[in-house]
Amino acid sequence: MGVAKLPKAARVKGNFIERTLASLVSASEYAASAEALAASGGALQRVDPRVKVFGLFALIVIVAASHGLSAIGALFVAALAMALTSRVRLRRLAGWVWLPVLFFTGTVAAPAIFLTPGAPVFSSGILTITQQGLRSAAFLISRAETAATLSALLVLTTPWPWVLKSLRTFRCPVVLVVILGMTYRYIFVILESALDMFESRKSRTVGVLEQADRRRLATASAGVLLSKSLQLSGEVHLAMQSRGFRGEVHVMQDFSAKARDWCWLGGFAAVGVAAGWIGR
Amino acid sequence: MHIPDGYLSPSTCAGLCAAAAPFWYVALQRMKRALHTRLVPLLSVFAAFSFIVMMFNLPLPGGTTGHATGVAVAAIVLGPWASILAITTALIIQALFFGDGGITAIGANSFNMAIIGSLTAWAVYRLVSGRSAIESPRRVFAAACAGYVSINLAALAAALEFGIQPLLFHDASGAPLYAPYPLKIALPAMMIGHLTVAGLAELVISAGVVAYLQKADPALLTTTAPGAAKAPVGVGWKSTKPLWFALAALMILTPLGILAAGSAWGEWAPEDFGNAAARQQIAAVSGNVAPPAAAPVGIARLASVWTAPMPRYAPPFLRSPSFGYLLSAIAGSGLTILVFLSAGWASRSFRRQRE
Repeated sequence: MGVAKLPKAARVKGNFIERTLASLVSASEYAASAEALAASGGALQRVDPRVKVFGLFALIVIVAASHGLSAIGALFVAALAMALTSRVRLRRLAGWVWLPVLFFTGTVAAPAIFLTPGAPVFSSGILTITQQGLRSAAFLISRAETAATLSALLVLTTPWPWVLKSLRTFRCPVVLVVILGMTYRYIFVILESALDMFESRKSRTVGVLEQADRRRLATASAGVLLSKSLQLSGEVHLAMQSRGFRGEVHVMQDFSAKARDWCWLGGFAAVGVAAGWIGR
Repeated sequence: MHIPDGYLSPSTCAGLCAAAAPFWYVALQRMKRALHTRLVPLLSVFAAFSFIVMMFNLPLPGGTTGHATGVAVAAIVLGPWASILAITTALIIQALFFGDGGITAIGANSFNMAIIGSLTAWAVYRLVSGRSAIESPRRVFAAACAGYVSINLAALAAALEFGIQPLLFHDASGAPLYAPYPLKIALPAMMIGHLTVAGLAELVISAGVVAYLQKADPALLTTTAPGAAKAPVGVGWKSTKPLWFALAALMILTPLGILAAGSAWGEWAPEDFGNAAARQQIAAVSGNVAPPAAAPVGIARLASVWTAPMPRYAPPFLRSPSFGYLLSAIAGSGLTILVFLSAGWASRSFRRQRE
């Protein structure tokens, strides 16, 4: 990946340079961990990416369409089972997916417990918890958690280029697939530039910057990064042209489904149909 | 702003995806024609840039920090169509790889941020910047407006999408299946955060990047400034001359306010509750709901805390209401300008002292 690793101290909550550095580093760490996990030999890692993309996307749609909490719960259990058999540690899932989703969606859903009109379950004078409020909060949180877990499983068990190649199987425009692939690549190039810029600035900064100076620094950094990005796109364009690129894009496809992949497809279909039937 | 999975029903997501499709198609066709072989590298690198900028932690006035989407910067530098494609690409990668925004909500997020955001930012920027020179401070102001308005319109669209969910999708017991809040809660809840923190973050990044590019790389601002004046139209007070004329014209027109009939909702004085004509006006603008017989205790108590020197734009020493309005406009504008001049002077002195 080539992304510089920062010492732990830089990740603590500090000034805006440190916080920006921390979010840039956490993105690169997530990507590096995802690549390492995708290369390990778990159950989902061995499945044909096309089957995985289709199966997991279908389950996410069923989670979104389900009208029953038990169906969403069953799909969450299925996602947990897939994670465990694919060597995705639950602690990692909790840190990357469950806690951030719970924090965000929980904050959004909590007031619904009191604000949704319906049959009272508990009343303390000012606040009344309603059955409908509890159900609606449970729907929101369980849907968000389950869908996020399923989409994380896809990325944590499949190298990104394979995900993109699989999208071609589903008639995704080739130009979009290529742009997505190149964007992913250049995210890390620009991420490295941004990290270098902020780290060098941090190493030259003594004392505390004024609010206006911090703002100026952040916007100027974005401006520098913009100029560098556009310059980079020109260089990439010339490099592509020199290699014979004339606007036509071709993607190599060499996936071949085996008996195991068909079994997984059948498994996805069975779980999906069962969950769809329970949650209809 | 990034809508996760589970907040919108599949049919809403499908509808918004269908609404976004023509924009994606037109944008792709236009960009293919305009860029040809440059399309892929330019969009890829710019989408990557947008992705990184969304991670910047921006210090905002008031001591808080916020994240911007950078959609106005994209629309100003690339134009609206390329911006639609670049921001959509960044959103797809965020949803698929980093779990920021839902996979089923990619169409909705793209419709709100990439399409509404880019087109609004471009339109506001072009409208406000006019034919001003690339280096003109007016373009910084235009970028600030573009960032602020675009992110707020995108948030408004998201709030509307959230707000219709409980109306359309609930189970047999009446429990909402998706976003649980009706429009009357979803709209203020989304808009308060965006009109203050998120809008400010977008304003800061858009204005800041344009101000930086004006000095460092003005060529990047020419795509969306086809009729820009060749040389700066002026600096300092000279460049604000049209604004002074506009301010004077608005002051002269202030007596038109007297022509407005009825009462402004919520701007009532305690004595209005005891006045039959005023009571009628209050009821008329409140859906024919009669106001309380007497002024509420809170209004009555707080109304006596401060007495304005020119109550209701009618200085007590003047008989003519029109002249009262005009004088109030002059006094108000004068005081505002004085406050800003004093603040500017104080800031300059403080900076000089520190140096």
